[in-house]
Formats: sequence, C-alpha cells, structure tokens
Amino acid sequence: MKELALHILDLAQNSITANADLVRISVDENLTQDTLTISIEDNGYGMDEKQVDKVKDPFVTSRTSRKVGLGIPLMLAACQRCEGDLRIESQKNVGTKLIATFKHSHIDRAPLGNMTDTMISLIIGAENINFVYIHIINQEEFCFDTREIRQALGEVVPLSEPDVLDWIKSYINEGLSNLRGGVL
Amino acid sequence: MKTLKELEEIRKRTLETINVRKDRTGTRVVVGMATCGIAAGARPVLMSIMDEVKKNNLADVVVAQTGCIGMCRLEPIVEVYKPGEDKVTYVKVTDAKALRIINEHVMQGKIVEEYTIGAGDK
Ligand SMILES: Nc1ncnc2c1ncn2[C@@H]1O[C@H](COP(=O)(O)OP(=O)(O)O)[C@@H](O)[C@H]1O
Ligand SMILES: [Mg+2]
Repeated sequence: MKELALHILDLAQNSITANADLVRISVDENLTQDTLTISIEDNGYGMDEKQVDKVKDPFVTSRTSRKVGLGIPLMLAACQRCEGDLRIESQKNVGTKLIATFKHSHIDRAPLGNMTDTMISLIIGAENINFVYIHIINQEEFCFDTREIRQALGEVVPLSEPDVLDWIKSYINEGLSNLRGGVL
Repeated sequence: MKTLKELEEIRKRTLETINVRKDRTGTRVVVGMATCGIAAGARPVLMSIMDEVKKNNLADVVVAQTGCIGMCRLEPIVEVYKPGEDKVTYVKVTDAKALRIINEHVMQGKIVEEYTIGAGDK
C-alpha cells in the first residue's frame, strides 16, 4: 500500500466485520525516539489464541470469497521492512488490538498519507459504529471522537450528512495541521 | 477553528431536509473496499463519488461500500444499482472514470459501456 493510512482503513474494516461498535485508532509519532506506532483497537468478537497465531500467515482467512487473507500480512511486511513489528492482542468476545511499529525515519517507510480520507471512508461505511482517532506528535495530542459529534448533532442528523462530513474533514485537517505546527 | 457549536447549527439547518433523505429509493452506488480494492485505489474513487454526489445535490443517491467480491484483479470495482434495472459493474475505476459514471449513468441514465466489466473482451 502506498500510504499507512490505507493499511489503517483496511485493518479497521476487520474490526467492523468483527461487529465492533467502537474502534480506536491511534497514531503516535515520537521523533525523539524515532518511532511511529499505529494501534487499532476494537470491541468486536475477537480471536482465540490459535487464530491469533495463524493470522499473520497470508493463507488464513475466514472469508469465503477468496482463499487468502492479506490485510494483516501486508501490514506485518510493511512494519518489518522498517525495523518494526506487528503485535496482535485478542480475546474471544472481548476485542482485538493491533499494534504496528516502525522506525519513523526508515527510508522504506511509506508516508502516513491522508488520515482524513481514511476516517471519512470509515464513517460513511459504518453508520452505527463509533470511531476515536488520536494522533500524537511528541507530546502534543489531537483527538477526534464520533461520539462527541453525535451528541452535538442529536438523534436525527446522521454523520453521513454532507455538511457534517465537510465539518469532520475540516476539523481533522485543522487538528493535524496544528499538530504539525501549521503545515499539513 | 472548527467548533462543536457549528454542528448544532448544521443540525438545525438540516433537520428539514433530513426526511427527504430518509426514504431514499433512488440509485445505489457501491464501492468495493476490501484489501484488494483499497490497494488498487478505492479510497480516492469513493471520495470523488461522494464529492460529485454532493456537488450535484443528488439527495436520493446512496453511496455504500462492500467487501471483496472475488475479482481482485479488476479493482477498484463500482456497482451501480438503479431501481428496476440490472446491476452494472464497472471495473478498474479511477477518480476520472468515477466522475463520468456519476454524470452519465447515475444522472442521465446512460451506462458508460467502455468501463463496464466485459467491455475489454469485446
Ligand atoms: N479485528 C479483528 N477481530 C476479529 N478477527 C479478526 C480481526 N482482524 C482480523 N481478524 C481475523 O483474521 C483474518 C485475516 O484478516 P486479514 O489479514 O485482514 O484478511 P481478510 O480480512 O481478507 O480475511 C480475518 O478473516 C479474521 O478472521
Ligand atoms: Mg482484512
């Protein structure tokens, strides 16, 4: 994948498939330690130990339309290319957490890419699921939480309303731009 | 600065139009968003479809997403369902192609044959 944000979009779809109703995405850029850590955590149906062990293997999937699962092996390969790793913690009927690490400055590290479009895609694809997106650069933090937005909108207006999506786009763009000191 | 207060204004403003959207019986545009689709460029295709639907105020068009339909080589795939018509499957869609699909097929009812599945075999 050309962007890490595309891996995030793909892996968060696994959470949606697992019937999660809350998905937490965090991107932590620690420039002092030269690390980039991405985590995706859900409260979906989870996996047992045996499944977790097998899931990094591209020939494991529970889907029926195709024989190989690719999302997790692709992210694992992206991490390993950059002196990082992918850790999977999961518990049946509790949830799953993926933690992907990278050396921030590694020459083979794909750019983070467009997190705003990734969040918008997730939101319009899963109307009833809440998403939290936290982005940390060194100590500074930006937080986006669809539950707050739903609260402000009341019961009737959905997140998929075009004006709401525009607001979300600007909100995330602005938050990330502030984190980066004014440049996107 | 974007504030939550603005959302309350959006809420007041949209409450009236919302009922129109609720009983949408119009066209469904479905974008494949599994690993294969995303890797092939489905996200910008989805974004340009959303933008075009908004720009043209197509209130009765529903944009949805689906998983892998088993034709990974042909991704990004976009399916158009018009009421009372057969499903049309577009393959290897780009954002430029998506614009034509919305403008010609969704809005004017003219299928963009050259982008449909099977068009290459003819
Ligand atoms: N968040 C999750 N919750 C539960 N199961 C998961 C999760 N992520 C992955 N899995 C399991 O791991 C398998 C492989 O995932 P992945 O590599 O993304 O391939 P695919 O989604 O195409 O099956 C999935 O089919 C599913 O069974
Ligand atoms: Mg997957």
